[in-house]
Amino acid sequence: MATSRRKFIKISALGLGGLAASSSLLGMNPFLDAAVKENITKKFTRTATYCEVCFWKCAGWVYTDEQGEITKIFGNEDDAHCNGRLCPRGTGGVGMYSDEDRLKVPLIRTTIDGEETFREASWEEALDLIASKFKSIKETYGPESFALLKHGSPGSHLEHLFKAYGSDTIAEPAYAQCRGPRETGFGLTFGSWVGSPEPADIRDTKCLVLIGSHLGENMHNSPVQEMSDAIDNGATIITVDPRLSTAASKSKHWLAIKPGTDIALLLSWMHVLIEEGIYNKKYVEKYTLGFDKLKAHVRTYTPEWAYGITAIEPAIIRKTARIMAAAAPSAIIHPGRHVTWYGDDSQRARAVAILNGLLGSWGNRGGFYFKESIKVPKYPHPEYPEPKWGWKEIGENYPFAQMGITSEFVKATIESEQTKYPIKAWMVAGTNLTQALPQQEKTIEAINALDFMVAIDTMPMEITGYADVVLPECTYLERYDGIRSAANRTPSIAVRIPAVKPKYNSKPAWWISKQIGERLGLSEYFKYDDFEEVIKWQLNKLGTSLDEMKKIGVKNFERTSGPLFLEEDKKHEFWTPSGKVEFYSQELANKGFDPMPVYTKHPEPPKGYYRLNYGRSPVHTFSRTINNPNLSDLKNENTLWVNPKVARILGLKKSQEVWLKNQDNIVSKFPIKVRITERIRWDSVYMYHGFGHNNKKLSRAFGKGASDTELISQTAIDPLMGGTGLRGNFVSILTENPHKNSEI
Amino acid sequence: MRYAMVIDTRKCVGCSDCVVACQTENNVPHGYCKDWITEVVTGKYPNLELELRSERCNHCDTAPCVRCCPTGASHIAEGGVILVTPDECIGCGACIASCPYDARYQHPDGHVDKCTFCHHRLEKGQLPACVSVCPTKCMYFGDLDNPNSEVSELLKNRKYKTLAPEAGTNPHVFYLI
Repeated sequence: MATSRRKFIKISALGLGGLAASSSLLGMNPFLDAAVKENITKKFTRTATYCEVCFWKCAGWVYTDEQGEITKIFGNEDDAHCNGRLCPRGTGGVGMYSDEDRLKVPLIRTTIDGEETFREASWEEALDLIASKFKSIKETYGPESFALLKHGSPGSHLEHLFKAYGSDTIAEPAYAQCRGPRETGFGLTFGSWVGSPEPADIRDTKCLVLIGSHLGENMHNSPVQEMSDAIDNGATIITVDPRLSTAASKSKHWLAIKPGTDIALLLSWMHVLIEEGIYNKKYVEKYTLGFDKLKAHVRTYTPEWAYGITAIEPAIIRKTARIMAAAAPSAIIHPGRHVTWYGDDSQRARAVAILNGLLGSWGNRGGFYFKESIKVPKYPHPEYPEPKWGWKEIGENYPFAQMGITSEFVKATIESEQTKYPIKAWMVAGTNLTQALPQQEKTIEAINALDFMVAIDTMPMEITGYADVVLPECTYLERYDGIRSAANRTPSIAVRIPAVKPKYNSKPAWWISKQIGERLGLSEYFKYDDFEEVIKWQLNKLGTSLDEMKKIGVKNFERTSGPLFLEEDKKHEFWTPSGKVEFYSQELANKGFDPMPVYTKHPEPPKGYYRLNYGRSPVHTFSRTINNPNLSDLKNENTLWVNPKVARILGLKKSQEVWLKNQDNIVSKFPIKVRITERIRWDSVYMYHGFGHNNKKLSRAFGKGASDTELISQTAIDPLMGGTGLRGNFVSILTENPHKNSEI
Repeated sequence: MRYAMVIDTRKCVGCSDCVVACQTENNVPHGYCKDWITEVVTGKYPNLELELRSERCNHCDTAPCVRCCPTGASHIAEGGVILVTPDECIGCGACIASCPYDARYQHPDGHVDKCTFCHHRLEKGQLPACVSVCPTKCMYFGDLDNPNSEVSELLKNRKYKTLAPEAGTNPHVFYLI
């Protein structure tokens, strides 16, 4: 983890070897720390921003020196997302700006001597070409056939363009490939999404239960900070994970569960709470529906039953259930974030939600609070036209999907000749789709079936290599963006002001949207010269001003929606059909699904194969930061975690390079170094997600480590909301280079 | 005045924010670092302990690096902070070899470099960069000579350890366990 000492030693040893040369350098430059000292005495300007290195969007201050160069980025102390302390990615966010591999000019695909390549183009030419495609797609198939696939802040500007154009064919992998199932599961139970940030009152909890969560490795800033507060406050942490995660190492009880069996454990916990009569009776009676059905449902799910499935001893299951009950309602069974694992993920999220219901934690201090956000007024524009079909219709086989399912978009693109909802063109913004979606060959098949594809990014990613037109977006440090309205204990807004001018010939997404919109005759939707005007207008409506926000960065407001928690003597209606917390879901029963969660067995690794698990490095976000000079310096490749038993059987040595072959005979492109550690179960291997880039334009990231995504060729689809379960892939470990005779 | 750092290993998640913050604050060239994360795993699956901790120069009372420095570049400054004066350093590397914590490196410009407890920030009444950014607030900094300081209180009330006590260096980075 982090900058390794081994690397450090290697470097200092080299330094010693070069002593003579160093001494002469020293003579030439006697005041070496002068640069540092100068830096300190310099006059800095600070500019308000919110971070875009991940989706947590912590507000911060960008410090620029007298030359206008960015020197550092700090958190904003008034911001509930970071409390003045950014995570390593936010602190290293300047690398996004300084990365010399950035996309610099618009690129257009062309053929020279029979070979496809990119040529540089002017913005004028690139935008004209894109606009002409928007027009021809609309004329030939209808605007609905142009899809937007996006992530992060640029998405909202482009979404506005697409809706004005007449397309609601919009999706992001953050839903069906990540957090979607928990929104469905909690939505069906409590009537509201978990949402981001999760409204978990971690700092005041007495018991925090994490199931396969990477909290502390995913640096979602505020919950990591609150977990630390909870440790200070003496909370009991219980972690369920086949791997000794960072969070597991902070836990009083680490339940080293057999992968794929979480629902059995959850049902058994419910069994203990109900059979021992230690559930929150008052809460259950007052707020919930279907308790008797649930009681009958879990009666046979004893800890002894669960032991045979999960490998967790009955005594531990009972003990941990009693700890939760003793802490209730100040207990959190955390909904998790990346929860697309086995295809029954919405039902697992239901089980987590029901357990919270039995403890009475939803709506109670130390459990979950009722969050509140401020509605930012819409800058005036004409009504959007009504599309004939959109993301909803594409996902119509999944009745509980509440956002576009990117993997279904891929399908609708491949089958565009047969389907009712043919997708013919993509705009991909801020998401490296081939690394974000499983089944890479399908993504590529879809791309090949497209009439047109445009990619917008700050970096040359794998996905940009497939585009017909590539537009260089400027980084968050160089642009205005929409107002960040955050849902927390109290509502707040934050602004992003450009700290520096866009580098190279890059442009902000709001400008790109406006330029395309104007070419399509949609000027009425973009009645501003600079996005600054939009923010100014909105901030005035919100009772503040751009001048004030430039000074404070974040503004916190009082709550107006009512108290943070349930009030004992008052009634409360949940937003479910019954107005109650639904242990038994009639909605699910009506649609032919299990009204209460059941455990189903998932495939296990065949002999000689290991389950491929993946997760987060605290210094990286997805695949998008691996090339960041500051962050790649901390971690520039991933390793394959294997248990010492496995290493012994296969004769693997520490740091030995291996290749992985999955159940479908897909072999990893690049080698990955072995890390032998007790922290992983013997039936699984583990690696950080996001590595193994194959775009040579990423000078620091190319070929470093292996990509978990390229090995995920099997997905288990969640029948409720279309999520793609990604944890059912198995790999064997190859010690001989399978690519010896081929060129990559 | 005796500066000390106290780090709570029960809270540290090993995220490396201290490392990046130090690098940007002190213009550390890419490929080098003045602080780093150590991960120690003990036991056998599933009976395991994992300790994550942020390490750096221990600003020792009996600092071997100062004793062995032939030019006096390595010296003890106010508050017990060990510093290297770059223009007095001949880059001989004796201090690198003498440090039991492997805390020093040779800067590409030739001199030896290491953690300064952000001496330049202390002068302005600010905390070291690493302490000021840590998302888990697992790092504390202050004056051990003041019995009421946060660091003194923590060492009074909590169990702690230092690294390589057998080296007899009397280090001033303490780890709460």
